[in-house]
Amino acid sequence: MSEDGHNSTEKAVVFENVCLRFDEQVVLDNLSFELERGSTKVLLGVAGSGKTTILKLALGLLRPDSGRIFVLGNEVSAMRETELFELRRRIGIVFQESALFDSQSVEDNVAFRLLEEKVPAEEIQRRVSEALRFVELEHTLKLFPSELSGGMRRRVAIARAIISNPEVLLYDSPTAGLDPVTSTTIIELLVKQRDVYKTSALLVTHRLQDAFTMATHYFNPEKNKMLPVPHGWDWDSKTTFLVLNEGKKVFEGDAAEIANSDNQYIQEYLTL
Amino acid sequence: MAFSLTEYAKGNVLAVQEYSILSWRGLANLFSQPRYFGDIVQQMDTIGVGSLPIVVLTGFFTGAVLALQSANSLARFGELSLTGQLVSMSMVRELGPVLTGLMVAGRNASGMASELGSMKVTEQIDAMRALGTDPTRKLVTPRLTATMFMLFFLTILSDLLGLTGGSVIATLLLRLDLNQYWTSAWQTLRYADVFMGLLKPVLFGYIIATIGCYYGLSAKGGTQGVGRATTQAVVASSVLILAVDLFVTRLLMVFMGPL
Repeated sequence: MSEDGHNSTEKAVVFENVCLRFDEQVVLDNLSFELERGSTKVLLGVAGSGKTTILKLALGLLRPDSGRIFVLGNEVSAMRETELFELRRRIGIVFQESALFDSQSVEDNVAFRLLEEKVPAEEIQRRVSEALRFVELEHTLKLFPSELSGGMRRRVAIARAIISNPEVLLYDSPTAGLDPVTSTTIIELLVKQRDVYKTSALLVTHRLQDAFTMATHYFNPEKNKMLPVPHGWDWDSKTTFLVLNEGKKVFEGDAAEIANSDNQYIQEYLTL
Repeated sequence: MAFSLTEYAKGNVLAVQEYSILSWRGLANLFSQPRYFGDIVQQMDTIGVGSLPIVVLTGFFTGAVLALQSANSLARFGELSLTGQLVSMSMVRELGPVLTGLMVAGRNASGMASELGSMKVTEQIDAMRALGTDPTRKLVTPRLTATMFMLFFLTILSDLLGLTGGSVIATLLLRLDLNQYWTSAWQTLRYADVFMGLLKPVLFGYIIATIGCYYGLSAKGGTQGVGRATTQAVVASSVLILAVDLFVTRLLMVFMGPL
């Protein structure tokens, strides 16, 4: 609970009137939203609408000009860099370009956080295999990032992000530039993470299709695959949408609401 | 956008501030957990062992040419026997530290700037921060410690090789007595000379590593930015080494008496 009684401990991520500009350009304009624990919020918008910036702000990699940001009850916008390292260990992020350490093997990349925490070697090995099995890349253990395809790199980045069982996951366009088959594989992993581990997540994307797949599919552990939610099921996907345009929030709501929205920008966005 | 003198000045002041913070934190990190001894050893290998060939060659040839040149001048005064002293004083006080510093700057400041610069432009530095690891601890401090430590020993080696180079010229070309050369070279050195000669590499090591890391970590604009950072790191560290050398020499002369 923050000083003014804001009930931010209940939420995974809270943005309160956040503004940010780079030089003369407004990146975020008075943005406020909340991410409930265990749910996923899909951030949609055209390129340059400030989506990636939101993830960097949530991690404290960037600072807002004004407004407050809470993550897991901590006011990120008021913390010092040295204090942030502790909090960041509870958050996982998948960067758009994967940002794997290119001079380290896949194994060391995935194990990075555990090595930092001085986890015993046997446990590291077990958890690395487990994380790589989750993304179905167990055979790449000894390879280097440069030897992997774009989609595989993205999946290794997911494995690296989830290995320490983070409470919040931030995905930055995990399907950008990938073929439809690989994209679906990655979205399936995201759905699996959401439904099996109940991790809170912010998903940045400009692919509307991914967002709808997230909202209309569930993960079936018996069949080990993602399936569409059958009609008549009373099932909450816990997935909401937030649409940004030029740093402003133009829409926030669930899949049905966005499909029926009469906002002109949304209409245009949906029909693109 | 029009050129603004205020913006330009602000940019420079900001750069100095960021450099100062980075170089302070690079050292201060040594005094708190976590420390990365594995990375320090790895950097020592890259910087120290990796620089051995160039340091050995530079030291040897510098000493040799120094003997040749000084003998030429000394012969005019009929003091050829002082060659050992001159080579020894010049190598230990000045040329050993400065040339080793410049060589290592050329090799390692550029290496650090390009390595960290590539990591910066491919978001690997951000990824490291996002994974809860402080890049100044994991990347800067090991490089800083390793460079300061290894440059100290590389300089000693360079001094020794310089004297050896001088002795080869002295005996083979100048027909001086080998024993006399080494005795005069050894005896002329005083505590203050050695102190000066060994303090400098520690300072130069600090300059090389902090400048290399600073330019690397502030690289932006893709591969071109990395290239620019690399060049700037070598230029800045070389110039700074020479400038600091002048001031340190003068300062030590004031404190330890003219030598």
